[in-house]
Amino acid sequence: MSAPTPVQVQLVALYTLVRKETTRVFRIWVQTLVPPAMTTALYFLIFGNLIGKRIGQMDGVDYAQYIAPGLIMMQVITTSYGNVVSSFFSAKMQRHLEEMLVAPMSNWAIILGHTFGGVVRGLAVAGMVTAVALFFTHLHVTHVFITLSVVVLTAFVFSLGGLINAILAKNFDDVSVVPSFVLAPLSYLGGVFYSVSLLPGWAETLSKANPILYMVNAFRYGMLGVSDIDIVVAYAIIIGFAAVLFAACVVLLGRGTGLRT
Amino acid sequence: MLALAVRNLVKTYPNGVQALRGIDLEVEEGDFFALLGPNGAGKTTLIGIVTSLVNKTSGDVTVFGHSLDTQLALAKQSIGVVPQEININYWDSVWNIVTTQAGFYGLTPGQAKARAEVCLRQLQLWDKRKDNGRSLSGGMKRRLMIARALMHEPRLLILDEPTAGVDIEIRRSMWDFLREINEAGTTIILTTHYLEEAETLCRNVAIIDHGRIIERDRMDNVLRKLQAETFVLNLREPVAATPALDGYAVALVNPHEIEVEVTKDRDLNDVFSALTARGLHVISMRNKANRLEELFVRLTAREPKDV
Repeated sequence: MSAPTPVQVQLVALYTLVRKETTRVFRIWVQTLVPPAMTTALYFLIFGNLIGKRIGQMDGVDYAQYIAPGLIMMQVITTSYGNVVSSFFSAKMQRHLEEMLVAPMSNWAIILGHTFGGVVRGLAVAGMVTAVALFFTHLHVTHVFITLSVVVLTAFVFSLGGLINAILAKNFDDVSVVPSFVLAPLSYLGGVFYSVSLLPGWAETLSKANPILYMVNAFRYGMLGVSDIDIVVAYAIIIGFAAVLFAACVVLLGRGTGLRT
Repeated sequence: MLALAVRNLVKTYPNGVQALRGIDLEVEEGDFFALLGPNGAGKTTLIGIVTSLVNKTSGDVTVFGHSLDTQLALAKQSIGVVPQEININYWDSVWNIVTTQAGFYGLTPGQAKARAEVCLRQLQLWDKRKDNGRSLSGGMKRRLMIARALMHEPRLLILDEPTAGVDIEIRRSMWDFLREINEAGTTIILTTHYLEEAETLCRNVAIIDHGRIIERDRMDNVLRKLQAETFVLNLREPVAATPALDGYAVALVNPHEIEVEVTKDRDLNDVFSALTARGLHVISMRNKANRLEELFVRLTAREPKDV
């Protein structure tokens, strides 16, 4: 067998990891894809139909329509984060992560391979949740590029976040703390169900420290054309987070934090 | 060419434990090398550093001339490792486990498939290729880890207790296989607690204790250093008391069995003659312990371990 070049090794290794991670998402689809669709259906039923009819309109659109982008984004955030954290952490606990660590894979290939799995699951869930939303409300896409780029970037950001959590986690409690005590509150307070312009001044200002607010609003702008946030600022914050988290992953893997003694 | 060169390697864990205290070690290409030591001596730490699963504190390691500090990917490409602990993905199939590992080393899917068939057949796992890792027996899991380590045809294969918990029949078939791949050119470093395994397979040996190499030589030279061997003799006639043999330490195990320690300057003929003169007949004889084991115990039992 002829020796592959270093670049070929990295590309094949990346392809192998991407295939492994995406296969996992679709192999256990009952666990990875169905629950978000189920949860979203309940949200639409209760908030969109039962309560939403009493609310009427928000920012000039029907309430069920208004919350749809936020609900899609909330599931994208949760599932992309959860996908990477569970995949990487279980590999670390079962020690088959060592298969990658002893191989000549670069750190960027390990990062991109895992985050690709998270992004794929995030997009698949976005598709399913959108399909569910169409049962309850009418949706259209105002800005296709913004809609797609924001959902991909958001899934990427939270996949990186999940990877950092998995790298640093020492036990199963460590991987459940962030989704329960950080992601859930930030998502619910990130303008999924309401416009921050309805909040008192101090609360509106405080909300702007929440990065999920920018992601939800950018996505809402892409779909409905309405947003509480300047789209350029939203892009800057999302891309900034992606860059910082990617750099953090590179540093952590380079040092072997949580992986090498 | 040196397959592995370790220079003044030191590892101090964050809790202050000094696992390696300045190891120097060379393993020639093509060698079948035993790395022995008691539990906690530093063997697994040394292997962990060579395979880049453990960060070193100081020192240098090169694999086929590639430094772990400056040419890590090339060094890794040369190594295949079978760890002490089972570390396969229990939920994945045997086929996926080996082909995925091959991919991580840069083998294309086509190359990985071809190589997987060769490795799985060699390790008698071909019929199990569709089974999940969790359904395999302990011996099969060990063989799977060897197959996985061989997928990218490494020049240096590091085996950290590969036959632990494996029955003797499978262990012997694994010995034959390891001999074959060594004869085909693969350098092998073996750590094991079965010292007859090391004595049977390896040409060179290093014994590590308290984080230092305390013995490093050819296996036959090391065995020659054994100053005394203890033999267990089975007697046809029972004896009531320990028979006294001039110049030999004798212990009575039971009325039909005695242990005799024979130093290098004496021989067994004298023992048999003395026993015959007392009307005792030896019907069988065996070493109390394997020779390497005896030497190992003498070398490593001098002081309590602090590692």
